[in-house]
Amino acid sequence: MSGKPKLYYFDGRGKMESIRWLLAAAGVEFEEEFLETREQYEKLLQGGSLLFQQVPMVEIDGMKMVQTRAILSYIAAKYNLYGKDLKERALIDMYVGGTDDLMGFILMFPFLSAEDKEKQRAVIVQKATSRYFPAYEKVLKDHGQDFLVGNNFSWADVHLLEAILMVEEKKSNVLSGFPQLQAFKARISSIPTIKKFLEPGSQRKPVPDDKYVETVRRVLRMYYDIKAN
Amino acid sequence: MSGKPRLTYCNGRGRMEPVRWLLAAAGVEFEEVFLETREQYEKLIKDGVLMFQQVPLVEIDGMKMVQTRAILSYIAGKYNLYGKDLKERALIDMYVEGITDLMQMILVFPFSPPEAKEKNLDSIKDRAINRYFPAFEKVLKHGQDFLVGNKFSWADVQLIEAILAVEEKIPAVLSGFPQLQAFKVRMSNMPTIKKFLQPGSPRKPPPDECYIETVLKIFKK
Repeated sequence: MSGKPKLYYFDGRGKMESIRWLLAAAGVEFEEEFLETREQYEKLLQGGSLLFQQVPMVEIDGMKMVQTRAILSYIAAKYNLYGKDLKERALIDMYVGGTDDLMGFILMFPFLSAEDKEKQRAVIVQKATSRYFPAYEKVLKDHGQDFLVGNNFSWADVHLLEAILMVEEKKSNVLSGFPQLQAFKARISSIPTIKKFLEPGSQRKPVPDDKYVETVRRVLRMYYDIKAN
Repeated sequence: MSGKPRLTYCNGRGRMEPVRWLLAAAGVEFEEVFLETREQYEKLIKDGVLMFQQVPLVEIDGMKMVQTRAILSYIAGKYNLYGKDLKERALIDMYVEGITDLMQMILVFPFSPPEAKEKNLDSIKDRAINRYFPAFEKVLKHGQDFLVGNKFSWADVQLIEAILAVEEKIPAVLSGFPQLQAFKVRMSNMPTIKKFLQPGSPRKPPPDECYIETVLKIFKK
């Protein structure tokens, strides 16, 4: 056993991508096992590795962890990306909750019909520019520091950068009204571990395509229509 | 200012109920402000107290906290209901997240159209009986009274809340789960929880027509 965390998921972003980001940001190498067939998934189920029959699953420090938020919180705390005290953790949790909600609008995007995709794109941009980006713009403006919380790099910064890049993939100039976020994006992108993660050849996954959607549907037998929220 | 946490939400369960449960379980008194009109909600937004324009809002220790999970984590951390180390916290987080997924189905149920209600109820029953309850039944086979670290934690509070909420919809749902039945009795008898389960506590009743109407009116897009 290598001692490195091992990620079990599809070969694509989905709910695992935030975990890849955070491990990478923390400079932690990890292995991945990609689910391609129903049989692989059933083997994991039968082996009792999936507490609630779901992936993501991450083997780390002798645990088989499930539930994305639990996994992220553990990694953040272990690698000192969770603030210095309870109050800073509260701020980080609040901010991550917001970016999580925002990325939630994008999560099911690949599974939508072409018509619903157009509608959802507009929803994503509207939520980003009228609810979430203004909130983070204000946080950064009010304290004038480089990072969201406690003048120190944290999980909240990683999560926000991930969200910004994902929304930009849907509308490239979406940051145009947000000078603080533009500067934030440049700053955080140039942190060595993150810069490395953003380069080709890293474990960052590309925008989900039809092949990814097919794989997920096949492995999870998820053939029903997904509606936008 | 009283120093007590102050909760702002509609006068009903929704996303605030787990917060009421956790504060009550920790023996912490709190105040509540109930949203009854759209104007109240719009004023909160205008005053800039809702970071993402949403409730729940909990004013606690000088912070205006939003995001239910963040609020619950803070309370659990503050009142020693979050395990003794990182690994126990990881277990608590995993269990709480699973329970939250189940509770989410119950949360949205009152707002589903009449023709979808039967199907949604079947889904709740299926998930409870085939996914979530078996997982916690298995955890409790460690023979301890509490889910994690032989000590009362946030995970126990969240689970008892979920059990009771599912039982309201499916009365015999615990019939295949002896560990959970015993767990339910044990938790219900803990003094702070027992008090919360009595009439006159801040616990809210199941959502009714009036609650649904109020929520739709306040948050209409």
